[in-house]
Amino acid sequence: MQFAIQWLVDKFSFLSPISILLLISLMFIVGTVVLLLAMLYEGLGTYALRKIGGDIQVRIGPNRVGPVGLLQFLADGVKLFLKEDIVPTVVDKKLFILAPFITFAASCAAFVALSYSDRLVISNLNIGLFYLLAISSLVVIGVIMAGWASNSKWSLLGGMRAAAQIVSYEIPIGLSLLSVILITQSLNMGEIIRSQSGGWGILNWHIFHNPFVFISFFIYFTAALAEVNQTPFDLPETESELVAGYFTEYSGMRFGFFFMAEWGEIFIVSAIAVTLFLGGWQLPIINNLDIHIYLKNLLQLGVFLGKTFLLIYLMLWIRWTLPRLRVDQIMYMCWKVLLPFAFFNIIGTGLWLLIFKGKGIPELVIQLFS
Amino acid sequence: MAALESEEMFINMGPQHPSTHGVLRLMLRTDGEVVREAVPHIGYLHRSLEKIAENVTYSQFMPFTDRLDYLASMNCNHVYAMAVERLAGIEVPERAEYLRVIMAELNRISSHLIAFGSFGADMGAFTPFIYAIREREKINDLFEMVCGARLTYNYYRIGGVAQDLPEGFVGKTREFLDYFEPKVKEYNRLLSWNKIFLKRLTNIAVIKPEEAIAYGVTGPNLRGSGVKWDLRKNEPYSVYDRFEFEVPVGTGEKGTVGDCWDRYWVRIREMEESVRIIRQALDRLPDGEIRAKVPRVFKPPEGEVYLRAENPRGDLGFYLVSDGSTNPYRLKIRAPSFCTMSIFRKLSQGLMVADLVALIGSLDIILPEIDR
Repeated sequence: MQFAIQWLVDKFSFLSPISILLLISLMFIVGTVVLLLAMLYEGLGTYALRKIGGDIQVRIGPNRVGPVGLLQFLADGVKLFLKEDIVPTVVDKKLFILAPFITFAASCAAFVALSYSDRLVISNLNIGLFYLLAISSLVVIGVIMAGWASNSKWSLLGGMRAAAQIVSYEIPIGLSLLSVILITQSLNMGEIIRSQSGGWGILNWHIFHNPFVFISFFIYFTAALAEVNQTPFDLPETESELVAGYFTEYSGMRFGFFFMAEWGEIFIVSAIAVTLFLGGWQLPIINNLDIHIYLKNLLQLGVFLGKTFLLIYLMLWIRWTLPRLRVDQIMYMCWKVLLPFAFFNIIGTGLWLLIFKGKGIPELVIQLFS
Repeated sequence: MAALESEEMFINMGPQHPSTHGVLRLMLRTDGEVVREAVPHIGYLHRSLEKIAENVTYSQFMPFTDRLDYLASMNCNHVYAMAVERLAGIEVPERAEYLRVIMAELNRISSHLIAFGSFGADMGAFTPFIYAIREREKINDLFEMVCGARLTYNYYRIGGVAQDLPEGFVGKTREFLDYFEPKVKEYNRLLSWNKIFLKRLTNIAVIKPEEAIAYGVTGPNLRGSGVKWDLRKNEPYSVYDRFEFEVPVGTGEKGTVGDCWDRYWVRIREMEESVRIIRQALDRLPDGEIRAKVPRVFKPPEGEVYLRAENPRGDLGFYLVSDGSTNPYRLKIRAPSFCTMSIFRKLSQGLMVADLVALIGSLDIILPEIDR
């Protein structure tokens, strides 16, 4: 994208009408491609959810539409599109219609800032991580809106729970990421990943940098589960208590948008964990390969997606295994367990960097023996 | 600063709600998520079974008892058959008694499996439910072998049972028991001792022993409160006095005696005891008749009888009045779930909405029995 803009600026004077037109159309094309890819992932994600769920629950899962049921999500999508668009009479119409789009847009917008490989970056933001955290927090606005506008008490309870839970868990998430930022000194996703390269292979990943970051990873992962409403923190949509929580009154594609937004969120939080703690698109073997740059980027993309899907699988595994906590227990967990540990980690990482001059454990060990 | 104005909220929980286990409607008065009062409204499934009984013959009413507690129709059949037999003074052949016990205990396991599974689902863990269904399918297969039906069996007859065992049933049942016993341990690892599960259930909705007795709570719910009362032991009927088995009671090992977890735990252990009973019954299964001679036009002498027996959900009682004709003069059913519901309003005060779901699940009520 930036190369293209640069090319445009060089070729034409920047403000000429044709360049602006080209720029806008380029933005549309890129936007559409990102959106389509995001939707494709979200569709396939639901397939994975059901297949993995089936595997864990000794059932088969979808296996009728397409080869091994792969096209089930298309069938479901078509079904959702064709369903009658029901807007209950007592809802606040404007908010009710707007809510799923806000949630969906926010979750899709986050896809832009990720660094999928060395060169494959849709938008190379220097405040990438900040942007991601900010934009994925927008999701909760749609959720609260849906809960409030539905004018149903179950939705209201779900929306209130979502507001309390998601906003609270933002804090441990931000704090646990901060300890990595202390090491990298950068918010750019690509920079963060590049700072994890080096001679020690996977030991260069930030998760192994020092014990505090190691703990931070688990704090982040736990809080991320709550952030994206996964079991054991799936309180805003508990089907056994609140019927369906904030989207109780939604049906058809409006419900579909909430569903896809949830999948987008799951991908984003996993991708952030991979980027910050697990070396992003790097794998020592691929780093050292001497192959064409495009091929290398493709491999890196594969590594990035592979790591992310491993984390997603972990989330699903947890989802199909654990019962859920109660509202007050979730709040206790956030404010009295995760938060103090997150603060402790920041201070610990800071001291570590001060004492050992920014070196991680692997480097120190090598130094000790040489 | 002036206090923010807040008011209580009325919520309609049910009749269509995922975790009211049927068509139970609860009127909740809540303060945010805290339940101030929960008033159960029942009757959505009322089919006037008791009145129907007055218009059909004694043996024609047997299929209706299937619909009382459809998760344990064998047990309901059993109680009704015994009530009529006592009214008419019929002796049941020994083999039939053994068959009845085997079926009743198998059905007890399958009923407790549903209680376990749906309780897990209520608590947010959906996988135990699927596991429970997997085992229940095998029991259903056994029942299908023996009587052709998978839900409403109508297997018991006045004076015995409908058919003798088909070939291979005993072997298959043993196979199932061998398969099932380790599964209970798997359930415990998956759900019973899960930290989150314990946190959700211990010390929630405690029923004190004297309260349980005062409200007429029976079955696993009563035993969960630590009261050792099992009609199979205390008032042995059929051939239950010939088997060795324990009566598990709540001990409050994870929290308070009589909390939600204790009630759940009693059910898990009862499944193991039922396995023991079935094994003994299969070992000693005698040969002989499976049904006593009962006249085709069956007219019990004038009189009345009240008979109760231990069902998976508590003491099911039948009060039968005969005027000497072919139809019962009056039939009254004492449904355990109905009596259990009476304590619900008291228990629900001060719980959170999520605890309410735990309470309903741990009481293991079933609506067709409440409404009859």
